[in-house]
Amino acid sequence: SKTRNNFANKVNDLVARYRKVDEDFFEELEEILIQADVGFNTVMELIDELKMEVKRKNISDPTEVQSAISEKLVEIYQSGEKTTGHINIQEDSLTVILFVGVNGVGKTTTIGKLAHMYKQQGKNVILAAGDTFRAGAIDQLEVWGNRVGVDVVKHSEGSDPAAVMFDAIQSARAKSADILLCDTAGRLQNKVNLMNELEKVKRVIEREIPGAPHEVLLVLDATTGQNALLQAKTFKEVTNVSGIVLTKLDGTAKGGIVLAIRNELNIPVKFVGLGEKMDDLQAFDPEKYVYGLFSTIIEKEAE
Amino acid sequence: MAFEGLADRLQNTIQKIRGKGKVSESDVKEMMREVRLALLEADVNFKVVKEFIKKVSERAVGQEVMKSLTPGQQVIKVVKEELTNLMGGEQSQIAVSKRPPTVIMMVGLQGAGKTTTTGKLANLLRKKHNRNPLLVAADIYRPAAIKQLETLGKQLSMPVFSLGDQVSPVEIARQAIEKAKADHHDYVLIDTAGRLHIDGELMNELKEIKELASPEEIFLVVDAMTGQDAVNVAESFNEQLGITGVVLTKLDGDTRGGAALSIRSVTGKPIKFVGMGEKLDALEAFHPERMASRILGMGDVLTLIEKA
Ligand SMILES: Nc1nc2c(ncn2[C@@H]2O[C@H](COP(=O)(O)OP(=O)(O)OP(=O)(O)O)[C@@H](O)[C@H]2O)c(=O)[nH]1
Ligand SMILES: Nc1nc2c(ncn2[C@@H]2O[C@H](COP(=O)(O)OP(=O)(O)OP(=O)(O)O)[C@@H](O)[C@H]2O)c(=O)[nH]1
Ligand SMILES: [Mg+2]
Ligand SMILES: [Mg+2]
Repeated sequence: SKTRNNFANKVNDLVARYRKVDEDFFEELEEILIQADVGFNTVMELIDELKMEVKRKNISDPTEVQSAISEKLVEIYQSGEKTTGHINIQEDSLTVILFVGVNGVGKTTTIGKLAHMYKQQGKNVILAAGDTFRAGAIDQLEVWGNRVGVDVVKHSEGSDPAAVMFDAIQSARAKSADILLCDTAGRLQNKVNLMNELEKVKRVIEREIPGAPHEVLLVLDATTGQNALLQAKTFKEVTNVSGIVLTKLDGTAKGGIVLAIRNELNIPVKFVGLGEKMDDLQAFDPEKYVYGLFSTIIEKEAE
Repeated sequence: MAFEGLADRLQNTIQKIRGKGKVSESDVKEMMREVRLALLEADVNFKVVKEFIKKVSERAVGQEVMKSLTPGQQVIKVVKEELTNLMGGEQSQIAVSKRPPTVIMMVGLQGAGKTTTTGKLANLLRKKHNRNPLLVAADIYRPAAIKQLETLGKQLSMPVFSLGDQVSPVEIARQAIEKAKADHHDYVLIDTAGRLHIDGELMNELKEIKELASPEEIFLVVDAMTGQDAVNVAESFNEQLGITGVVLTKLDGDTRGGAALSIRSVTGKPIKFVGMGEKLDALEAFHPERMASRILGMGDVLTLIEKA
């Protein structure tokens, strides 16, 4: 997309503009990465490694640094390649996918989109209204259920979310459903009580179905800055997150923090959200994402 | 992965200075580098950081820091003062129209916290200012958005005006104001749908509502966890609508909240309130000094205390 090309162009401009590789040069490179919300530590590491390389090879010409930059970026690119957007679907039994994340990132919407996707693949999908807290959350999921044409298991507002999960599993079994998508209330990762509640929700699912939940997807808003790394870390500790859905990539934010999350926590992105409609979900293609982010540099390198 | 505060960051330089017993210009420069990193790590936009550092450097190279016996503390003091100044004073008053009702529009990106904040503001207006607001459900797009506001209205025992999701938001706003006049509501709080600042069609819808409703306040609701993009969002909403203030939500989290500084410096508009939780009483006045400490990682214990 446009924004990503801008990013790559900026690196090229940078290299073209500087006669000498100096502190200012690195500072500007740093800013380009920071601007894309690539995690702070990851940026600092990258810059330090580049500085070392420059020193070792005695480079002073910026165009020579460019090859070092692209090498480093390709490294991320390659580590990205190993992680595919694969979802751990059980072919002949119920697959349970649990959605977690902070407030307002797009959990419920993503469930609607994913339900639509699986329904289109001919799967029998059920939704569990595990957000019993937020005003209108159950209704919101029900609207999605109607829109997509799948059943929603719900209790009344204020009830125990773990009990909703228990019922949803029984119901999914009774109806021989293929996929159960479990919504949960948004919660900030520093709220100990709420994180404990989430742990309990997960435990109920584990107890009812050995091996479940088969995926725990952490939903991240692409506009989030450095805090997304803390979100990933804490939610991983509590619920053993297996993948990320990066939403709101249709805006102007670049969501570069997922690079840091892969770098530091090794959690792969599985889907990206590109809008509010049911079709606005795509499997994450790391090659395309990183390539898009750095394309011009990589292309130059290949010449 | 824990964030380093500015104080930690300055330790090395300070030790070096102690050894020499004198502060040089290059020491100041080194300290400014640490300030820069601390701000970037807190999600302050890099351009805003740049300007800020320039300003602080001037002060720091002068008497204040170089002649000080405790240069580290002095740098922190200068930085904190400048940050606090930049974020403006405490301004949590809400405008009043000469001809009631006073209209307030809530705008912002998807999921920022507009609907929740609408409920919180209504609660505050009644409790603290003895007002009688009418809540208006003008989000016809998000599934169950109307139901969400109605539920909040019920929790507050306050009326919510809605015409369903088949009537245009502009028309909803128009009829809501009529209704407010008829029922003697002194405030009208319009909850609008979340939208991207680059969505021309939906931004036009907001302009039309503004045109028609002549709101006294247009509050941009922004998630405190927003990263570098905060400047684009704030600048764009402000340019297109002329916002009057900002509400920073989800500050009960553990984000540093550098977006506050970014937004303030690109729009020049005051941050009026902060959201400190999901409940309807979790709205507080914005304290620039507290925010400055928080951005610098100086452990604002008050705001980090878990309230879940
Ligand atoms: N532009 C855009 N908006 C999105 C996307 N995904 C979700 N949204 C919007 O973001 C807002 C919040 O989405 P929800 O699905 O309610 O988020 P949530 O995580 O379930 O929120 P809580 O349950 O309140 O924590 C809604 O207005 C959605 O329409 C996306 O990919 N792009
Ligand atoms: N922890 C915390 N959560 C908040 C705060 N403000 C809002 N939320 C939560 O953030 C999520 C989104 O809030 P909404 O009020 O639905 O946001 P919105 O901007 O109206 O969303 P759209 O209408 O979809 O654009 C909900 O889960 C809220 O409970 C806050 O200050 N702290
Ligand atoms: Mg939800
Ligand atoms: Mg809303």
